[in-house]
Amino acid sequence: MSDVIERNLDATNNIANYLNNTRLRGKFFQKLLPFIVFFAALLTWELTVRINQIPHYILPAPTLIAKTLWDNLGSLMTSWVYTMKITFGALVLAVVGGVALAMLFALNKWVELCLFPFAIVLQVTPIVAIAPLILIFIDSTAAALLLCAWIVAFFPILSNTVVGLRSADHNLRDLFSLYRATPWQTLRHLLIPSAMPYFIAGLKIAGGLSLIGAVVAEFTAGAAGKDTGLASRILEASFRTEIPKMFAALVLVSLTGIMIFLVFNLVSKLVLGSWHESEIKSSR
Amino acid sequence: MSVLLALENVEKRYDNGTLALQGVNLAIGEREFVSFLGPSGCGKSTALKMIAGLLEVSSGRIEWNDKSADHAKDISFVFQEPTLMPWAKVFDNVWLPLKLKGVSRSAAQAKVDDVLAKVGLSQFAQVYPRELSGGMKMRVSIARAMVTEPRLLLMDEPFAALDEMTRFKLNNDTLALWTALQFTTIFVTHSVYESVYLSNRIIVMAARPGRVIADLRIDEPYPRSDAFRATERYAQWCVQVSQALQKAGEHHV
Repeated sequence: MSDVIERNLDATNNIANYLNNTRLRGKFFQKLLPFIVFFAALLTWELTVRINQIPHYILPAPTLIAKTLWDNLGSLMTSWVYTMKITFGALVLAVVGGVALAMLFALNKWVELCLFPFAIVLQVTPIVAIAPLILIFIDSTAAALLLCAWIVAFFPILSNTVVGLRSADHNLRDLFSLYRATPWQTLRHLLIPSAMPYFIAGLKIAGGLSLIGAVVAEFTAGAAGKDTGLASRILEASFRTEIPKMFAALVLVSLTGIMIFLVFNLVSKLVLGSWHESEIKSSR
Repeated sequence: MSVLLALENVEKRYDNGTLALQGVNLAIGEREFVSFLGPSGCGKSTALKMIAGLLEVSSGRIEWNDKSADHAKDISFVFQEPTLMPWAKVFDNVWLPLKLKGVSRSAAQAKVDDVLAKVGLSQFAQVYPRELSGGMKMRVSIARAMVTEPRLLLMDEPFAALDEMTRFKLNNDTLALWTALQFTTIFVTHSVYESVYLSNRIIVMAARPGRVIADLRIDEPYPRSDAFRATERYAQWCVQVSQALQKAGEHHV
């Protein structure tokens, strides 16, 4: 009898171990899959260029782009730092301005009625249409680029934060009112935490948009010389038909975009991971 | 029994013209357990929110016996939903009313621990609300209401969304707290059985417009236990209250 029980227990343990291992392998494969697909795409690209002998001034192979990136790393990194300064400068200003204005909107309906149309005008006007004007009005190219990138990044922060500040539970608002909370206490302990998921969603969008804004504005400015960003490197390379160098600068822009996305995903996990549905892993 | 507060000819008309309450006259005694019972739209929750000061009275007045004091500190509210802050742990949710009054975490520690022990959640002080069951969340909500040692506890259908077993358990917990701490309770419910089990007074209300149509005293001793639910007296009270509620339905204008 005990032998039968032991055999059954062994079998149950084996099944449990098998399921655990399968689940772990599944998770590992899930994480690996995007990389596998990405490298497969690169390989296809490389083979297509080599087999069809496509000239590098039409489509360079990934290995040539990597070599060009390595050979020009010094000058490209200087430009990358410049683009990053514009991108993050604009993002910081968008966060400060967007959050401050959203708080004013949430506290005072009149301020919103007066200023929201301006915010919408900024959002719906294509940046390429107003960038030339900004470049005429502002002497400093860096300041003009910063303003262009800010215009693009500002609206998602503003609109998401306004919605977030208004999304606080009505019963919790009543509770704060019942306990005679001051406006500052309500803002700090209720409205800001309620708005946080919305703000972070806005931040994720604004992070990417500030990079796009910085690059587009620089294209419009068409600046050349020492203090210029990656867009200028792309423009210069295209004028000289240095297509591999164009791609190398483009790779840096893409990697920067991916890095910004990953950083804000991490921020979202750190801030919301313990309590908000969007970041809580389901046990199913 | 001395009067805690009185509603004198209270009327509530919303901005859209809806007359939610009309001519409500009630005196709520100290340490009473009063249930407001009635169909949807009879103004039970409106009356509760006006007593809490969360809604303005359109006409008439709500007078406290002790006219001089600011009664915000005397009132606590338990909503139909647990209404917890999902970003704050259980301890921080219960501490909230004291924090808003400027009481530091360390000064509030003993009181918060005490009410959490009273609702049986001592081991859950450092977890987030999402990790709790519906019944446990409601207990946290009750603990938060208790932490200020209120004179008047207002409960707006607090157990309506819970299953029957959890509801019975929380009925008993509420009665135990009420017996131990001797605060006045106004409890809004749709359930005849719940109102009879809990209350020593039931105000039956009719809808459109909301008004009081019966004021019944449930003259049964406390403490009450689940055995009370099986008695003939309980059944008789339920029949009597149901008949009053039936009349409330017939009183629709």
